[in-house]
Amino acid sequence: MPDSLSLTKITAQKGISIGEAAKRVADLGWTPSYVQEAMTFPTDYKIKKAPRDPMKQVLRSYFPMQEEKDNRVYGALDAALRGDMFRNVEPRWVEWMKLFLAIIPFPEISAARSMAMVARLAPGEELRTGFTMQMVDEFRHSTIQMNLKKWYMENYIDPAGFDITEAAFGRCYATTIGRQFAEGFVTGDAVTSANIYLTVVAETAFTNTLFVAMPSEAARNGDYALPTVFLSVQSDESRHIGNGHSMLMSIINDPDNHQLIERDLRYAFWQNHAIVDAAIGTFIEYGTTDRDKNKESYTELWHRWIYEDYYRTYMLPLEKYGIKIHHDDVNAAWERMVKNHYHHKVAQFFSVGWPLNFWRIEAQTDRDFEWFEHKYPGWYAEFGDYWKWYGKLSKPGETVMTFNTDTGYVYPHRCWSCMVPCLIRDEIICDEVDGKIHTYCSKLCHWTHKTAFAPTYEGRPTPAMGRFSGRREWEECYHGWDLADAIQDLGFVRGDGKTLVPQPHLRFDDRDMWTLDHVRGHTLGSPLLTIRGMTPEAREAHLADYRKGFKINPIH
Amino acid sequence: MSAAVQPPVSPAKSGAAGAATFSGSDSRKYNYFDPKGRRATHYEDMTVDVQPDPKRYLLQDWIISFADGTPTYSENWTEAKSSDWHAYRSIDQEWERTHYQRQSTICGMIQNVVENGRRAGAPKRFDPAWVKILQDHFGAYKHAEFGLGTATMQAQRYGYTQMINNAILTNSSYKIRFSQDLTLYLSEIGMDIDGFNTDAGKQHWVDDPIWQETRRAVETIGGATDFLEQYFAVNLIFEPLVGELFRSGFVMQAAASQNDFITPAVVSAAEGDYERNLANAVELFRMLMLDEAHGDHNRRLFGTWLHKHGTLAIAAAQGLQPIWSQPRVKVAQFPEALELAKNRLRAIGAETNIDVRSIVDV
Repeated sequence: MPDSLSLTKITAQKGISIGEAAKRVADLGWTPSYVQEAMTFPTDYKIKKAPRDPMKQVLRSYFPMQEEKDNRVYGALDAALRGDMFRNVEPRWVEWMKLFLAIIPFPEISAARSMAMVARLAPGEELRTGFTMQMVDEFRHSTIQMNLKKWYMENYIDPAGFDITEAAFGRCYATTIGRQFAEGFVTGDAVTSANIYLTVVAETAFTNTLFVAMPSEAARNGDYALPTVFLSVQSDESRHIGNGHSMLMSIINDPDNHQLIERDLRYAFWQNHAIVDAAIGTFIEYGTTDRDKNKESYTELWHRWIYEDYYRTYMLPLEKYGIKIHHDDVNAAWERMVKNHYHHKVAQFFSVGWPLNFWRIEAQTDRDFEWFEHKYPGWYAEFGDYWKWYGKLSKPGETVMTFNTDTGYVYPHRCWSCMVPCLIRDEIICDEVDGKIHTYCSKLCHWTHKTAFAPTYEGRPTPAMGRFSGRREWEECYHGWDLADAIQDLGFVRGDGKTLVPQPHLRFDDRDMWTLDHVRGHTLGSPLLTIRGMTPEAREAHLADYRKGFKINPIH
Repeated sequence: MSAAVQPPVSPAKSGAAGAATFSGSDSRKYNYFDPKGRRATHYEDMTVDVQPDPKRYLLQDWIISFADGTPTYSENWTEAKSSDWHAYRSIDQEWERTHYQRQSTICGMIQNVVENGRRAGAPKRFDPAWVKILQDHFGAYKHAEFGLGTATMQAQRYGYTQMINNAILTNSSYKIRFSQDLTLYLSEIGMDIDGFNTDAGKQHWVDDPIWQETRRAVETIGGATDFLEQYFAVNLIFEPLVGELFRSGFVMQAAASQNDFITPAVVSAAEGDYERNLANAVELFRMLMLDEAHGDHNRRLFGTWLHKHGTLAIAAAQGLQPIWSQPRVKVAQFPEALELAKNRLRAIGAETNIDVRSIVDV
């Protein structure tokens, strides 16, 4: 038998090339002549050039490929159970998944919805196949993540928090930032939201930290389910990045769009930094028990993925099209993380507010301290005593951390723009916008609300741009409430009607678990309503004091 | 760094379910929604409440709005009204895994049928008149499917719940896949048939009088600004009166007599798709018709949609009539096929409580 004989060769028959198939599929569209397609999502951009589909894929190869990927994912989940994964998983890690997996399915499905917004804007039909695949991909991501979460709920030692997940997502003060992220994909100017914010920035830059860096840390904590699911999710992202870039190329050649692209890149980059780095930086570094000093820290990963990969190879080349890239923004984000310990302050904030969470956070300990100090010199001086206080106050009967004045922690103002609190205290900005006082965590978040999300931009009408709305400061929702009543209203109480879902430790024993009675007697307040009620002079004095920051009291 | 720090006490040696018993340790079901049946289905667990709602758990309301103040999701994006949009569950219960399994199975089935048919030389034995019908009219029809797919792709942005939007999303995915199935199928058999013109279908779609009322009906659906009107028009009106009429009432019946055993297999996938899409749509519109507070309003509204799209669909169906005369071997009669299509609409009307007599009994 000749060496070259194979079944494929015997059965092969002439077919059409993938390029030809993609070309024919792209010809399915036509220019309507009886009734024009409804353009219901507005944009201030001008789109004259038909975007090209760089992936050249058709659905008959897409669906089998995705099914095969799914088979691997679900096979791995079955194998994880057979291998008794949860026996060796680190609860410190899985607890943070209650927050992460409560947030992420909504941004994912929002991305599916956003495909409706860009698909009709782009002239030509070529990229519609790409948008269709992305739409179905995002449907995949949202429901595969809901499935993973259910799987954790069924197999992890403490299911409380997973069991209320989507209700908690709508209510929790920490998930607010995830809602800001997701609504940003689908609301306002269609190109701003569905192209620049979602694909050009969130997917191209920040999914690397979300879906690549985080799975690595999961594996270090005995969780090989999350990497299986999320690396499969990430494998879809290259198509989405291609869609986003192609759409960007269809608007970038028109100089009329440059001002808007510059605006939206600034807004999107900064808000992605503020939200994603807050959340993922915390999950990766405070949810882990692995303190290998040779592994990359979150900021080192950020430098690789965001600075080297995204900023240098994606953003900078846009300058040749005449787009002004704000290098100082990238640098400012980097400095906030490295010099100002941004995500460490976020972890501190999440833990100080633990009774209002729906997951457990345990104290960082000596082993953790050494790693943090090694990676972030100066960390111990700023945060060491805080985490010692947290460990000490984790026992029921102690005055709850959130209201314990012995620690010296000062509850922060909330940023009206990114929804993360104003944690780098000397950067807080307070300003009147639309006739009301607001607080912002940074100059760019102030700019985002006051300048970018406005009906005009640098003198140019921007009627399609979105607006900030709703009860954006979470604390205002429970202003004047007793802490215990607020927790009950949030639904963060276990089935016995008294034990809290959140706990400041990983002790799985009723004797060590906090109940409503342990936290009753403290009144929640809104920093924003408080500052709005001040005279201008009192406000200035308050802000000057706030900018000085606070010092955690020594613990003895 | 400090001996004062107590290491965390973690009495449980395992992170597995059952390793310790404490309050909440047995709470292993999503508990924030009422299942439709006695127990939540996997589909419900994957779907319900992922798209939040200020009326349920969205404490801070939607936090970004469009420039006119419309929030991220609005009940006002359709004229239809519901006392509880969250009550809807899709009949096919699709989530990602079941969707990919079904779509992938269909892709494999079609590919096998086409490859084996081509290997056996079947396209060369198609009746020449039939080949021209496939080239011109089946080729034109693929654009109708694409139009319905892009209309539902648009519509899946607007629904007030995840259940509604995901049902519309999978509907779009099925329609766009089928439009591509037809495109690639015709391209491949075109390689085996001398003189086959793969561009002819689009020419007929755009210019042939036979297809113009169909194109008008599809463009009217694409031009609707009410997403539920689009979903209604696609599944309750266009599909039974035009799509299924052409697919089942003509292609599926006529093909075998023209020596074509491949095309019916390709088309059968779309018939299966439609059964699911129809069931999902009927469930939704039936729910809206039976709504105690808004049933009357919805009945009037659906009557206007029925009249608008039904009139166009009947005109489209009648426009296609000449195609039934074109095969050399005539096995299907247009009047019978149209009557079957009308019966289908009558059955849909009976299921949804929508009075369809003004369209089918004229």
